[in-house]
Amino acid sequence: MLFLIMTALLILPVLIILATLIYKGGPAISWEFLFDDPREGMTAGGIFPALVGTIWLVAVALLVSVPLGVAAALYLSEFAPDNWFTRFINLCIINLAGVPSIVHALFGVGAFVLFFGFGTSILAASLTLAIMTLPIVIVATRESLQAVPLAFREACWNMGATRWQTIHRVVLPNAVSGILTGVILEVSRTTGETAPIMFTGAAFFLPFLPTSVFDQTMAMSLHLFVISTQVPGVPDHLPYGVALVLIAMVLTMNAASIGLRMYLRGKKKW
Amino acid sequence: MNDQGVATILETSQPATAAKGPVKLAVHNLSISYGGTPALVGVDLEIHENEIFGIIGPANSGKTSFLKALNRMDMFNPAMQVAGDILFNGTNIRQWRNVYALRRRIGVVFPLPVGLPMTVYDNVALAPRLSGVNRKADLDDIVERCLRRAALWDEVKDRLDSLGSLLSGGQQQRLTIARALSQDPELLMLDEFSIAVDPVTTMRIEDVLKELRTEMTIILVTNLTQQARRLADRTAFFLTGSCVEIGDTEALFTGNVQDTRTADYIAGRFG
Repeated sequence: MLFLIMTALLILPVLIILATLIYKGGPAISWEFLFDDPREGMTAGGIFPALVGTIWLVAVALLVSVPLGVAAALYLSEFAPDNWFTRFINLCIINLAGVPSIVHALFGVGAFVLFFGFGTSILAASLTLAIMTLPIVIVATRESLQAVPLAFREACWNMGATRWQTIHRVVLPNAVSGILTGVILEVSRTTGETAPIMFTGAAFFLPFLPTSVFDQTMAMSLHLFVISTQVPGVPDHLPYGVALVLIAMVLTMNAASIGLRMYLRGKKKW
Repeated sequence: MNDQGVATILETSQPATAAKGPVKLAVHNLSISYGGTPALVGVDLEIHENEIFGIIGPANSGKTSFLKALNRMDMFNPAMQVAGDILFNGTNIRQWRNVYALRRRIGVVFPLPVGLPMTVYDNVALAPRLSGVNRKADLDDIVERCLRRAALWDEVKDRLDSLGSLLSGGQQQRLTIARALSQDPELLMLDEFSIAVDPVTTMRIEDVLKELRTEMTIILVTNLTQQARRLADRTAFFLTGSCVEIGDTEALFTGNVQDTRTADYIAGRFG
């Protein structure tokens, strides 16, 4: 009974947050709010540049981290011998997952903004996000690869399949649901991150849409931070509206992830 | 060194093979160990073309390791070390330039049926596809022929599109045999295939094997001594990592043995 109550308590914060956001931010949501530029020093108008900017950041981060992460997981799960080097890599991945996001931000400034000379840009910010979320993709992919029974691989090898043919024909098709789940988790995490992008590519106020990855951009998460704390005279409903849109994006992603997993598990073949 | 090994084996085997057909597989001083722990020590044997060669013996006698060494599955297991010579068609299997081509000539059936999580059709068409057969008509042909030979066609011909992994255990095992046949093997290795199969299916598979022997060589590892008696021309008895005895199956089962342990095992006094 006690445990039931404690479990029920877990739902409370979620409900309170959602209820508050919908109650206070709901009235702010409108066609103009979503598709208009911010005006009058961000105290009025919409969030369109930030919305588009967040999509850019997430998309570019995915383009980098998904191929890299899936390839790394494939190597670790299917090819790597069990030696000190592999164990060292695994240790690094775990540690990478534990690095605070502000440290990632400073790393991003040093590596991408300054050393590689990308400047503060979508590219630098997305690369920082990609590095930060790489462990999510790697761990999710590796786990779903290892969930494919060894007997399937052996059956394939005995037929004269190469390692790569085995992966391509048998292992990957059966691991793809887990990999997709990991990717969507990564998307929802990337969407909400603020610290890694604030020094590397996200702009305080920039009412234009980015045209290339070398532009700066606004982003939802940073915009929320800015109008809640840095700009005087913002009407109350604006930050709540931004927060509501942000959380709606993340929850939609999570729901999609759960739905996809349920759909693919229904089709699970063994 | 290897050439010499080939020569000795051919010489010594010449008289015996004259009656039984050419040597398909010659194993010379084969030892297998896992990370230093020996699993099989000093095995010498020859298997002739179109022979059913039985291997009997209790658990942990090295039977499965023996099969794994034959198609070089040690490649996928760094802990598994193989020493000695294995000659397939007279060529040392370590000298096969393309190990994948070697494996395509050797079909394997596992103790537990492994229906790959794809359709019945794709299960059987996988091996031909891997070796580059892609025309639908050719594949249809292979799939039907192999399923017929594995005595499964009549049961699945109307649901080739359903999942192979959802067939019953006995059907999956025959599917595995059909899959092994789809690569047109010269050598078929069965590792205790009847463990997870009901007696009726076991008898059906045994009938299949009797027909297949006209086209290929078969190694039958079994923990059912009577199965070896029903099927095998010659039988080897493996015990705790060594090959105790090889002989004509009928001779072994009628008490004509050189080692009392063989007789004891066959009589069921241990096992």
